[in-house]
Order: sequence, then C-alpha cells, then structure tokens
Amino acid sequence: MKSLAELQEIRNRTLNNITLRKEGADEIRVVVGMATCGIAAGARPVMSAFVEEIAKRNLSNVTVAQTGCIGVCRLEPIVEIMMPGEEKVTYVKMTPEKAKRVVAEHIVNKQIVSEYTIGAAN
Amino acid sequence: MEELSLHILDIVQNSIAADAANIKVEIIEDIEADSLKISVEDNGKGMSEETVKKVCDPFTTGRTTRRVGMGIPLLKLAAELTGGGISIESKLGEGTKITAWFGYSHIDRQPLGDIASTMQQLICMNEQVDFMYIHRVGEKVFELDTREIKKMLQGVSLTEAAVMDWVLGYLTENEEQLYQNS
Repeated sequence: MKSLAELQEIRNRTLNNITLRKEGADEIRVVVGMATCGIAAGARPVMSAFVEEIAKRNLSNVTVAQTGCIGVCRLEPIVEIMMPGEEKVTYVKMTPEKAKRVVAEHIVNKQIVSEYTIGAAN
Repeated sequence: MEELSLHILDIVQNSIAADAANIKVEIIEDIEADSLKISVEDNGKGMSEETVKKVCDPFTTGRTTRRVGMGIPLLKLAAELTGGGISIESKLGEGTKITAWFGYSHIDRQPLGDIASTMQQLICMNEQVDFMYIHRVGEKVFELDTREIKKMLQGVSLTEAAVMDWVLGYLTENEEQLYQNS
C-alpha cells in the first residue's frame, strides 16, 4: 500500500530534478479543454495519456494544464500546445492514442501532426 | 456523460470557476438502502436564490463562449432516470452544495467509473484548491485531505509527474480496498 510518508522521498527526488531544470526558457505547455463538452467527449483519458506519456519520457520541461470551453465543442476533445517562440497548435477530436503520437512527434521531435490539427478538420 | 465520476469532474469545475478555496467531494454508497449519493460542497462565491432556481435550465450558464450550460441539467437527468434527484443549496458569498442521489440498483444508474483518475486530475490540476474527498461503501470509508499531501510536499508542485503518479496510485489502491470483501 502507498502511504503519505512516501511523499517525503518523492519530494526530495523531485527537488533535485527541479534544480537541474533550466529556467523557464524552454517551457512547453499542453492545455486540455475540460468543460462539460470536453469531458463528455473524452477529455479525461486524453489528459491522462498526456500526463503518463510525458512522465514516461521524463520530459520535465512540459507542463499539462486544463482550461474551460475553447469554443468549438463539436471538435472536442481539444488540446492546445504552446511552444516558446512558436504559434499555438490546436489539435482536435483527440484520443489517448493520438495524444501519444503528439507527444512523440510534436513535443519530442518538433514535427506538428498536421492531420490532427484544427486546420485539417475544417 | 457515461460515468458518474465524469459528472463529478464537471460539477467540480463550477466550484473552481466560483473561486472556491475548499471543495468537499463525498460519495456514499449504501447498498442496503439501495442508495448512492454524491455531494460537492464549496466555499466559492455562491449563487443568489434567483440563480439557484435557474441553474437547471440549460440556457443558464456562467461561461462566456456560448449561452448554454449543460453540466447541472445532465446531472439532474442522470439522477432522475434512476428515481433520484438533485438539490442545490447556495448562499452568495458563502458557497454552494450540490447533492445528487441515485437508485443504486436501478438499471439506468451509470457506473461510478474511473473516480481515481477523476480525483487525481482535479487535485493535481487545481493546486490552489484544498480538496476533501470522502468515499463510503457500506461500512468502509476512504478519506483524503489534500492539505496533508501538500504538507508533505512542502512547496513541490502537485503537477510534478512523480507526484501525479503517486496520487493516482494512492487513490486507485484505496478505491480498490473499498470494494474488497464487501
């Protein structure tokens, strides 16, 4: 069984990583729409997939966050990726499988997965 | 929505949007009384009596992107389909409590679903909020107070991958315990 005491150790390990991390400059943000429309369309497993995949690859410069309704509910689940110095990329009708591919190709290899973007859906 | 836990994920977003600092999520499964009760209580900005009367109308919403809001109407429908219902108590400046009750064995009652992932995302993605999570199944109870987690972390963020992973594991294990030999 996991116990609260384990957090002490996780904290110490994490603190070491944080000091190794470079300050802000290369911070990448992944934002998942989590309003009623997003949740009903399957945003929760999409969010879980991003978190898991980013943790698995130890991508410490990536943060995952949630937001409300992005405004195009018929295309939910919607995920936005913000990279420093680049225009925001909006992915639509996301699934956990698509999320894994976006992490590998876009976040790691810097190649936008065009076929999942809002531009391709319209 | 296909799971009750997705309704919870959604309804709690209302509390967060209302600037709540404390949110209590309680699930009570009483199989003998054939009842499942879910409540979400916050100390957010609350609603006036007039707004409370209107929130079950889908054409009432706090959002600005569109003029319809489906969160509470969907919860109400899911509850009423099982012979249950919802109640809302709210006071401006003090907070809101929403309670939904369901017929436990009713064929139309949605499963609770992945409550561990739901609570993990709520807890880790909304660090500014202190959550109290209580889940009762018969005699068994699991309680989680995120202030205890934050005390252990001493400033390390809940969004750190290792922390999120621990939170999910902790919730999953304790949820499983609730259903063992019961």
